[in-house]
Amino acid sequence: MILTIASREFKTLFLSPLAWTVLAILQCILAYIFLTQLETFNIIQPKLATVDNAPGLTDIVVTPLFGNAAIIFLLVTPLLTMRVICEERRNKTLSLLLSAPISNVDIIVGKYLGILGLLLLMSFLITLMPLSLLTGGVLDTGKLFANLLALLLLVTAFVATGLYMSCVAGHPTVAAIGTFGILLSLWILDWTAGIKDQRSELFEYISILRHFQNLQSGLISSVDVGYFLLFTGTFIVLSIRSLENGRLQK
Amino acid sequence: MANLITVEHLYRYYGKHCAVNDVSFTLAKGEVLGFLGPNGAGKTTTMQILCGNLAPSAGEIKINGFDLLDQPNKAKRSLGYLPDTPPLYKGLSVQEFLHYCAQLHGVAKNSIAYAIDKAKERCGLAEVSGRLIANLSKGFQQRVGIAQAILHNPEVIILDEPTVGLDPIQIREIRALIRELGQDHGVILSTHILSEVQESCSHVQIIHQGKLILSESVSGLNQSMNTGSIQVTTRMIPDTSILLAIPGVISIDNIRQNQIRIHHSMADNPGKQIVETIIAAGWELQELTPVKRSMEDIFIALTQNSDL
Repeated sequence: MILTIASREFKTLFLSPLAWTVLAILQCILAYIFLTQLETFNIIQPKLATVDNAPGLTDIVVTPLFGNAAIIFLLVTPLLTMRVICEERRNKTLSLLLSAPISNVDIIVGKYLGILGLLLLMSFLITLMPLSLLTGGVLDTGKLFANLLALLLLVTAFVATGLYMSCVAGHPTVAAIGTFGILLSLWILDWTAGIKDQRSELFEYISILRHFQNLQSGLISSVDVGYFLLFTGTFIVLSIRSLENGRLQK
Repeated sequence: MANLITVEHLYRYYGKHCAVNDVSFTLAKGEVLGFLGPNGAGKTTTMQILCGNLAPSAGEIKINGFDLLDQPNKAKRSLGYLPDTPPLYKGLSVQEFLHYCAQLHGVAKNSIAYAIDKAKERCGLAEVSGRLIANLSKGFQQRVGIAQAILHNPEVIILDEPTVGLDPIQIREIRALIRELGQDHGVILSTHILSEVQESCSHVQIIHQGKLILSESVSGLNQSMNTGSIQVTTRMIPDTSILLAIPGVISIDNIRQNQIRIHHSMADNPGKQIVETIIAAGWELQELTPVKRSMEDIFIALTQNSDL
């Protein structure tokens, strides 16, 4: 039943121009960034040859590419998730799901997987770019894998946040802004860590960026993976609770 | 016969406002229950609670023997629901939408095509099955909503104002469909069109300010409407015992000293005899008015008198 809802949600995304536009624009921008990074590498390659322990192709091309992809996802995810529950509630189509013999968990997880499917598709399309380098160069596949994993975990957390905001908000725009606000503030929370005297370990731990960068550097630690899984789980549970609350309304 | 729906002491509060107040009723197979009430009476709230879209504040609901709160999925399996706004995904075609609904309601894979064809045929949707729901007229959208509710052949069908927005021919078709469905399902129907209840329902319930104020079978109601009354004013005080002896007269109420209301059966209308009797007795007839009671009267009388 979860898969029925998920596949319907995934297909619905492609019925409107939204998914196609997002895919096209994302791909264009990231391809441009990819090529710029590649050019940079070509220029500084001779200099790197003289340096000991110099960063390789993967460090100069792949890491910035995935870093930028993360920022673009930060902007795009709220737009994709905003209508998931919110619009169903506004169009009164939610009662179709609520009166069907399926539980709230099915509804939320199904919707979640549907949206996540699109973002996973995007992540794999992004990964294809650095993979094309294999035709003429050597990549640190371990690091590429770490980057992909970081991006996937990031995306699961983003979608869960968006889903929850969509459950709570009364209007899709509000859901989008809410999601963006939460994600951006968690993203920049780490900036205080730059100020040496006032470092807050708590803020550092909460910040999404810190965990994302740790994974990106190729260091897959259970703390970072656990952070993302907890993050995702929390928001999914909150979404289920919120849907349940809808029945008890007022 | 086992009851398909048993509702006991249902309450629903919105804050301090009580939308549904101690509603209890049952629905058996083969019954079409008409739910009548003015706007804001609590019809839609009751239906939403029955379909699990709203949680009741108190009370017990059993659908096909399963408690809606304890075993929601089993209970909802025997439920088809059309809300007041049909829940349609406008971006899908009729066929895609019905297919999705069939999957949601757990129709077995190999019988989905048959179920969809049957629902389309019953609701007259065959010629529009490939079109996008957004491009259909309101009447057709309403029919897609009904198709969605009967698709999985549920034991209980709950329709919230199913004939809104349909043209007269479609209304007739839908009423015929409802009667047909009522033969081997239990149907609950909400409406504020009284003739609809008279035409397609076997039972009627009137809800007002959250309370059930009338629960009666339509034939019983028709019977009570079959008794007509005549209001008679005379100059002299009439002797009611003579009038009561006239065949067909059931009872007589005194309104004022020289004004009485005579209740009689419609079958043998005693109007002529009453006039003759009054004139012969010399009570000087001044006024004789037949008082008609239609379902409208009952409805208005019941809903305006909130003490009931």
